This record gives sequence, structure tokens and C-alpha cells, in this order.
Amino acid sequence: MNPHRRHPFIRVATILVYFFLYAPILVLVLYSFNASRTNILFAGFIPSFGALQMGGSTVVQSPCGPFHWFCELSRNREVGLAARNTLTIAFISTFISTIIGTMAALAIQRYNFRLKSFSQLSLYVPIVIPEIVMGIGILTLFSQLFGILNGAFGLEGDSRLSLGLGTVIVSHIAFSVPFVTLVVQARLQGFDKSFEEAAMDLGANELITFWRVTFPMILPGVLSGALLAFTLSLDDFVITFFTTGPGATTLPIYVYGLLRRIITPQVNALSTVWIAIVLTVVFLLQRLQSREAK
Amino acid sequence: MLKRLRENKSFQGTLLVSPTLLWMIALLFIPLILTTIISFGTRNADGGVIYGFSFHNYVRLFGFSTDCPGGQASCFDPLYANILGRSLSLAFWTTVIVIALAYPLAYFIARAHPKRRNTFLMLVLVPLWTNFVIRVYAWMMLLREQGVINGIIGWVAARFGVQFEPLQMLYTPGAVLVGMVYEFLPFMILPIFTSLEKIDVPLYEAAADLGANPFRTFLRVTLPLSMPGVVAGTILVFIPVMGTFIVSDLLGGKQVILVGNLIQNQFLSARDPTFGSAASLILMIMTLIVTYFYTRKFGFGEEIIAV
Repeated sequence: MNPHRRHPFIRVATILVYFFLYAPILVLVLYSFNASRTNILFAGFIPSFGALQMGGSTVVQSPCGPFHWFCELSRNREVGLAARNTLTIAFISTFISTIIGTMAALAIQRYNFRLKSFSQLSLYVPIVIPEIVMGIGILTLFSQLFGILNGAFGLEGDSRLSLGLGTVIVSHIAFSVPFVTLVVQARLQGFDKSFEEAAMDLGANELITFWRVTFPMILPGVLSGALLAFTLSLDDFVITFFTTGPGATTLPIYVYGLLRRIITPQVNALSTVWIAIVLTVVFLLQRLQSREAK
Repeated sequence: MLKRLRENKSFQGTLLVSPTLLWMIALLFIPLILTTIISFGTRNADGGVIYGFSFHNYVRLFGFSTDCPGGQASCFDPLYANILGRSLSLAFWTTVIVIALAYPLAYFIARAHPKRRNTFLMLVLVPLWTNFVIRVYAWMMLLREQGVINGIIGWVAARFGVQFEPLQMLYTPGAVLVGMVYEFLPFMILPIFTSLEKIDVPLYEAAADLGANPFRTFLRVTLPLSMPGVVAGTILVFIPVMGTFIVSDLLGGKQVILVGNLIQNQFLSARDPTFGSAASLILMIMTLIVTYFYTRKFGFGEEIIAV
């Protein structure tokens, strides 16, 4: 029996599901080259010399040709700021959650201590409660805490503690640590301890053994944990929504705010850029994996 | 001191886990306790909280209103109970449809030639990593009255000379359901794939040797062994659907109000954090009950981190 032989039903279903996954994305990309400003109807591609319909019969020339909306996007300062915030939050929260998550995974997998079962339980809680519950809980905590601190120290004006980048980063760490820990733990489960014992027998102390033996062996797990934390942070909407403040708008929050008011091809251009980056990263990952497999 | 640290394994473990544990206590347990305390309070005129111990927020949530027509002392107002019920049924149907769509695809990928398996898997990651809000926007473009779907139907109708009125698809419960299915489909595909991939091929051969037809093999071998993946996927789909408010906000407009919208609304515009906190706790309890009964029967393993 050929294990790769598949029922025709499975083939047809697969094609349909892939179509369902990709058709909306294709439409998004297509409309980012739309010649109509209102973005309601597809008025054809922007021709290379850029005659652009400005609603009704007004036509303007676009210096960027078919990439008109991408030019507009690159001039949009709010988008630039939101992109910078999104990346800052993602990098810092990934860095911290990867370190403390790996430490927790080592502790749970290797050691016996009194708080072990409580730690394991508390790492499952963020996965099984809806994000909004955590989001409004953290919002309540920060508003109460900042209220008390601002009052106690008489902080006023700019020095007042308020929601912003810091609160978002701290909250992102809270929801990504459990995923990092679980990923690293899974890697540690198949870990052969005899390599470490051999290193210790040969005279290495704990620190050298960790850096030269343990860490390189769990590194793939740590990296995939970090990648997961990074994508979770980039994608997060709900918790960011409740913990962000003035000046700390991220891309998802910015797009959401925009969509509630208007629909513009600029959002499509932004989506196209985002999808292009994702495609590149996924492609690179696949190359990396296939090289590792060889 | 250093010598003691070297020998005391339990102390080392506690030290390693302590940053994570402190983070969880500060940003998970303390916020949950605060939410509980506030949910028993009442609001004052400017949206502040008067602490107390009253169940009135919970009573109101389950339909007992004190603001009645005709001056009665209390009456039944199913507004909020309906919102809870609607969220539950939407989460249920989303999960069922997502399983039905994800299973064949996951099966296809798991049985694909190892050389091509990674490519098929990466094709699932691209929509997943394309931002959540952007994915909702794609459906706004498709479903609008002058959107892509109406455009295509209109074009076909014009070809055949048929009169066509654009369908109202956006801002309907159906739009929210489609949006939810689209958002969460990849979260089901990956865990199911992970559990299917683990099944050894000789197991199928054994089933075939023992005279099972492909359908029976699927029912008795494949399906039971892939249950951990289905359970993990359900947790990754059902719980977020229960608590999401963007999909219903952008695709449902004012037509589809879910618990998520209710909570968000109480915190941001209605300014009654006590009622919002009570709704949030009820939401949490509902998802915990579902998760408990679901995982108790089947259990879930490392598939939960397949995403």
C-alpha cells in the first residue's frame, strides 16, 4: 500500500481549503494597485504613467506609477511610527520572554521544587483563558497602580505614570512566556543527559557544561520558542488594545482605528508589504529547514 | 554560600523559575483577583468603582433587570443572556466548521511526500502570519455591497442578462461566522497535522492486513490517534472566538454583539468597569468549564504548541 496515495475527496477538499485561505489575500494584494481612490470598485491597475481616478471624473498623475499607494504609505508618518513601535515591542518582549521562559523550562524539566506544580499550572492559564480577560485585568491593575503611585508621589504632567510602550511590552511578555516554556520543554524531553555527565566527568564545571553542551543542544528549541513569541507579539491585537496609550500605537491598532472610519488602498498597500515580508521569512525558514534536514 | 547553591537542587529550581512565576503572579493572578473584587462593586456617576459586595452585576448579566417598564421592581430582560448564548453558539459552530475544513487539509499534508510536506505546511503559515486585523479587512473587501463577491455575481448576471441586486452580506451574522472561520483555520490545521504526522505507516499496513477497508482504518486508527490534535486545535480556536471583538465589530457592525464587544464597551464607552469585570469573569468561567470537560475526556499534549 502506498502511504502517499490519497482519496480524490481529500485532494478536492485540499484545493478548496487552500483557495479559501488564499483568495482573500490575493484580493488584498490586487486592490493595492487599484486606480480608484475610494477603493470601492476595482478601476483597473494604475497605468505606468499613473492616471488616477480621484472619485468621479477627476484624474491626477501619480509620479510613482503603479506603486502610487505604496508611495503614499511611505509618506504616512503615523504608519512609520506604528511600525517602529510594533517592532520595538516585539523585539524587547521576545528577548525577555525567551530568556525567562527557557529558565522556567529548565527548572520544570530538570529540578524538583516546592512550587513546581503551581508553576506548571500557572503557565497553562494564559492559554486557556480568553485574551480579553487578561487584557482588561492588566488594564485594571495598571490604572489602579498608576493612580496610587501618581497620588503618593505627587507626580504631575509629563512625569505621571501612564499606559504606553512599557505597559505593552510587560503584557506581551506575560502572554508569550508560557508558549516559550512549552516549546523549550518539548525539546528538553528528548534530551540525553549523558553528554552533560561526560562533560562534568572531563572536568567542566556547571557553567561551562551549560554553555558548551546544554545550550547548543537546546538552541533549536529556544529559537523556535523565540520565533513563536515574536509572531505572537506582532500579531497581538486584544491585549495591546487595552494596555497601550498615547504615542504607543502599534500597526494592528492603527489599522483597526483606520478601518472603523474609512477604507483606503493605503491599507491594502500596507497589507501587501506585510504579506511580502511574511512570504520572505517563510521562504527563508523553509530553506533553512531543508538544509538542516540534509 | 556558593557551595550551598551548588548542592541545593530545589533552591536552584526555584531560582530559575522565579522570574516567570513573578511575572505570572503580577500580570495574571493579581489582575484576575482585581477583576473579581471590582465585579462585586458598583459604579459611581463618573465611571469610578465603589467597592462593596453585591451580586447585582451578575444578576443583571443573567437577565434580571431593575430598570423595568411600568414601574415593576424587577423583570426579565434577556439582552445580556442572549449575548452570552450567541457567543457560545458562534464559538461552537466556528469550531465545528474549522475542524471539517482543517482535517482533510492536515491529512493531505501529513500523507504528502516528505519532500513536499514542508512546502504545504509553509503555505498554511503565510495566512497565519499575515496580521489578524489585515485578515478581517480582506473579508470586508470581499463582502461589501460593492465588494468583490457582489462584483463577480453582478458581472456573471449581466452576462446572462439577469437583473441583480447586490446582496447585503457585510454586517450579518453569516459574515462574522465566515470571518471567524477564516481567522482561526490555521490554528486547527497545525495541531491536527502534528498528531497525524506521528502515526506510523506500519500501523495502517497492519490495519489493512487485518482486513480493514480504508474507511474502517480511518475510523478505528487514524481518527482516535489524531484526537489530541483536534482537542488542542479546539482549545486554540474555541477560546479566542469566545473573547474576540474585532471580527464582530468590523464584520458584524451593530448587528452582532458578542461578549467581547460587551466587555470592551463597558470599559471604554459605557464606563461601567464593574459590569464589564463581571462579564469578563463569566466569560472566563464558561471557557474553563468547556476546556475542563473537553480535555478530561481526550487530553491534549504538545500539539498545543504546534502553531
